[in-house]
Amino acid sequence: MSTVAWITARGLFGRRRALLLLPLPLLLVGLAGLCRAYDVRPSDWGTPVLVGLGLAVLLPVVSLIVGTGVLGSEVDDGTIVHILTKPLPRRDIILAKLGVAVGVSAVTAAVPLFLAGWLADSVGLGLALAVASVVGAFAYSSLFLLLSLLTRRPVLLGLVYILVWEGLLGRFVSGTRVLSIEQYVITIADKITPTALLESKVSLPVAVVMGGIFVVGCAIYSVDRLRSFSMAGETS
Amino acid sequence: MTTVDLQNVSRWYGNVVAVNDISMTLDPGVTGLLGPNGAGKTTVLHMMAGFLAPSRGTVTVDGTPTWRNPAVYRQLGLVAEREAVHGFLTAREFVHASAKMQKLPDPKAATEWALNMVEMAPAADRRIETYSKGMRQRTRVAAALVHNPQVLLLDEPFNGMDPRQRMHMMGLLHELGDRGHTILFSSHILEEVEQVSGTVQVIVAGRLAASGDYRKIRRLMTNRPHVFAVQSSDDRRLAVALIGEKSVTGVEIEATGMTVRAGDYGSFTRALPRIALDQGIRLRKLIPSDESLESVFSYLLEA
Repeated sequence: MSTVAWITARGLFGRRRALLLLPLPLLLVGLAGLCRAYDVRPSDWGTPVLVGLGLAVLLPVVSLIVGTGVLGSEVDDGTIVHILTKPLPRRDIILAKLGVAVGVSAVTAAVPLFLAGWLADSVGLGLALAVASVVGAFAYSSLFLLLSLLTRRPVLLGLVYILVWEGLLGRFVSGTRVLSIEQYVITIADKITPTALLESKVSLPVAVVMGGIFVVGCAIYSVDRLRSFSMAGETS
Repeated sequence: MTTVDLQNVSRWYGNVVAVNDISMTLDPGVTGLLGPNGAGKTTVLHMMAGFLAPSRGTVTVDGTPTWRNPAVYRQLGLVAEREAVHGFLTAREFVHASAKMQKLPDPKAATEWALNMVEMAPAADRRIETYSKGMRQRTRVAAALVHNPQVLLLDEPFNGMDPRQRMHMMGLLHELGDRGHTILFSSHILEEVEQVSGTVQVIVAGRLAASGDYRKIRRLMTNRPHVFAVQSSDDRRLAVALIGEKSVTGVEIEATGMTVRAGDYGSFTRALPRIALDQGIRLRKLIPSDESLESVFSYLLEA
């Protein structure tokens, strides 16, 4: 583990915001467990819980908390300067931070989604959701890491993307789905284990190619932005 | 030997000019970057440290630009003004992480060396968030020093330090300067700069107002009379003789001696011993009383 990744992980779990990662996974697994315990038909609860809560809320929100936490918090409190005053290629810093963000988001989202998918349908669906959410964690983390470098309010902007772009526009304006990570994740899960509970609205090639573009494009742009990281003087 | 060079550097934010056409070269030794609050000191330091692009001009360390060039941090250390540290780490972990990120051959030894330099070794296993302001500052200096950089930039390094820590830090900067490191520290407190360094770069309203040894700068300000406190075996007779000397513009007799104002530093200091010798007067004290950095600084601000 690189020193940058080590500091990032310690910083992430050393802050109280790490506790924010717990409620959503617990809620997802709890709801799925309850429905299963009371023998509610999966066709009644599967889509709202797996897609409505799991893929539309849990995965992006967890990625937002972690993705902005690995870099945005350090930019905010100025500790990033300690890492930037080292002769490290900026690419290595971004890759280390992205690695931590993807790892933590993927585990936090994929495990409960696997359990919920299993409870709703089968181990197959659980695995499909887990794999798709790992792919989603890559794309979201790249995007939110970049937002940390582009704006002073990455969380706000991230929420706008999740709630307005994906949640609102994605539902009513079909063209916006091409730029919706949530749709890529649904498509990938649906193609791995086809099920009536998931309804893909973009094709698999679009999901894979656009997902790749999100990951690589945002990472490359982040490296460039970090190279030009400026510090504003407090007294001048 | 490493030098930091600024050539015609300007930096503006929208319509506001923060730094205006500054050129300076920092040679090995300790240099004080002096100026009132808001003069542009931090902007200059950030440009030197590669954290701000100059709007115009070039900032180089040994000929290499600092902007968008992480390799420069092999020979440059920065202690920024903002007191930001990873509070969840201990000082030892923090400095060790710096050593590892610098890819030093023996990070452990370098960590101990740096902690000892700032006298932080005894408390190094406590989390940084439990430290006083001064201890945090010293920890940050240790992290910036761990790779023994040729150039060390410090923004207001004495902030929050108690007098003993301040003395120690001043001693440390002196020592590094004497060893051939290029040290630049900013301050708006004159006594600090006066005690640590004779060489200053004075920035006023974004412009370089003066540069060099402040005593020499004072001497070059020929439009202001130089003030000397003089004591002799016969002040009154000496005063009469001095007033006939061209370079003297005024003499005041006081209970403890006299104050002499001279228009030209060189002519007066050459003339005084001659006059005293001619008059058979013994000189007991001759002190230039306005050569302090404070008077130089206030003259520059008024100019």
